[in-house]
Amino acid sequence: MDYLNIIFQEVYKILFLLVPVLVSVAMIVWLDRRVWAFVQKRQGPNVVGPFGLLQSLADALKYIFKEIIIPASSNKVIFILAPIITMTLALIAWAVIPFSESQVLANINVGILYIFAVSSLGVYGIIMGGWASNSKYPFLGSIRSAAQMVSYEVSIGIIIINVLLCVGSLNLNDIVLAQQNIWFIIPLFPMFVIYFISALAETNRPPFDLPEAEAELVAGYQTEYSGMMYAMFWLGEYANILLMCALGAILFLGGWLSPIDLYPFNLIPGALWLIFKILLLFILFALVKAIVPRYRYDQLMRLGWKIFLPLSLTYVILTASYLFYFNLLPTI
Amino acid sequence: MIAHAIFFYIFSIIAIVSAIMVTASKNTVHSVFFLILDFISISCLFIMIGAEFLGMIMLIVYVGAVAVLFLFVVMMLNVAQQKNQWFLSKTSSRHIPIGLIISSIIFFELIIVVGGWKYKPDLINSSNTSLNNEISNTHSLGQVLYTDYIHIFQISGMILLIAMIGAIVLTFRQREGVKKQSYIKQISRERSEGVEVIEVASNKGVRIDD
Repeated sequence: MDYLNIIFQEVYKILFLLVPVLVSVAMIVWLDRRVWAFVQKRQGPNVVGPFGLLQSLADALKYIFKEIIIPASSNKVIFILAPIITMTLALIAWAVIPFSESQVLANINVGILYIFAVSSLGVYGIIMGGWASNSKYPFLGSIRSAAQMVSYEVSIGIIIINVLLCVGSLNLNDIVLAQQNIWFIIPLFPMFVIYFISALAETNRPPFDLPEAEAELVAGYQTEYSGMMYAMFWLGEYANILLMCALGAILFLGGWLSPIDLYPFNLIPGALWLIFKILLLFILFALVKAIVPRYRYDQLMRLGWKIFLPLSLTYVILTASYLFYFNLLPTI
Repeated sequence: MIAHAIFFYIFSIIAIVSAIMVTASKNTVHSVFFLILDFISISCLFIMIGAEFLGMIMLIVYVGAVAVLFLFVVMMLNVAQQKNQWFLSKTSSRHIPIGLIISSIIFFELIIVVGGWKYKPDLINSSNTSLNNEISNTHSLGQVLYTDYIHIFQISGMILLIAMIGAIVLTFRQREGVKKQSYIKQISRERSEGVEVIEVASNKGVRIDD
């Protein structure tokens, strides 16, 4: 009975985390389209429900009732596995995100490495989908995406090292608590900019959406997908974007800490502050999508390897020497 | 403890079965996918014995980077379908002796490592830095790696660097006649170099090739 009790409690906790994440993914798609529309002086989705808030639910309903078409020459098992993997990996990463000092599903020692590992696994959903479709456009899209995600992971990893040098722990809660005096966005501002751009590339957002560039590759790795399987790719992608925003908020914007530790501000619960910061970063993501034209592929690779990698490595050396010289290195 | 044992057996069975499937499956891409499954279950085993840092590094390095490159190469080379199983074909049975030699060498190395651990348990405590259970294994790994084994660590870093440079030298070739963009040239172009106003006399035409 004890085991059952524990399992029920954990399932309850997981549902309490996952359902809000999924609902906010649906809302964030609506927000993305609205921001995109407003920048271009359009209205965007505004018909279904108040301000069009229910648009994503209507879309989801449509996807559920559509027929799932599996190409005859595809590799069926892997074809079906690919969207499932994308979706699962995008959701399991949320297990370690701290919403306040105690509100975290799994407060593990290596939280930041866990998120990094899960986001680096995300490339498999795309590669598998592209390869299993057994046609040219998806394959080209998945090859592009694999190269792109692997290159930008390197710079994200080095940026994380910068933050870890200042914290001295891999635990996400420790990272947030280390920013009580000053948010890392101030001393590490160049790293924040690089993190933001690399996160755009890592989640295949415009201007780095080469894997699904509709002008060249139809829809990239998603070309052969339809119905609910397409919707799962789409949900996984947006869940990943939210995760990257959450990671940015935790690493640079102080996570669930309130900006000023004074009376009216510290009454607001930490979860709300984190959600507010995630939304702020997401609106920046949406603005970038509306404003910036798409990169060319060789420029993308050049930016990743020849500019971001040396820059972030240099900053690691700078941070380490600064901390060492002024005796600020964190102790165990 | 029962749950622990059950999970251990689940992960180790998955690891062993997928390791066998890497060599046994007909499709090369499937082999790589089984290899990935193998890596993942082994990192789960690492996490189960409390080495969460090693487990995560295993995921990041092997699954996130190395296996992606494997998959990349296998997909690009278009060797997806292997006609024969390795144990059926005549041409590949020539490689069996070499394979046996290499695998037996690896097996003996493993025996030496594990045996040394078994028969000389104080080998673990030979480190100069004192390790205790209070600090996380990330910290203790760093403390051992950067004190006792700093030279070995540096040397392996140098070996990797040399391997990287070697790979670049071997594959890098400068082709003639390829038009490359030079950003500096493009930006530093001025109007006087790009545009020229020419008086064209009627019935004469202009030569523009110089």
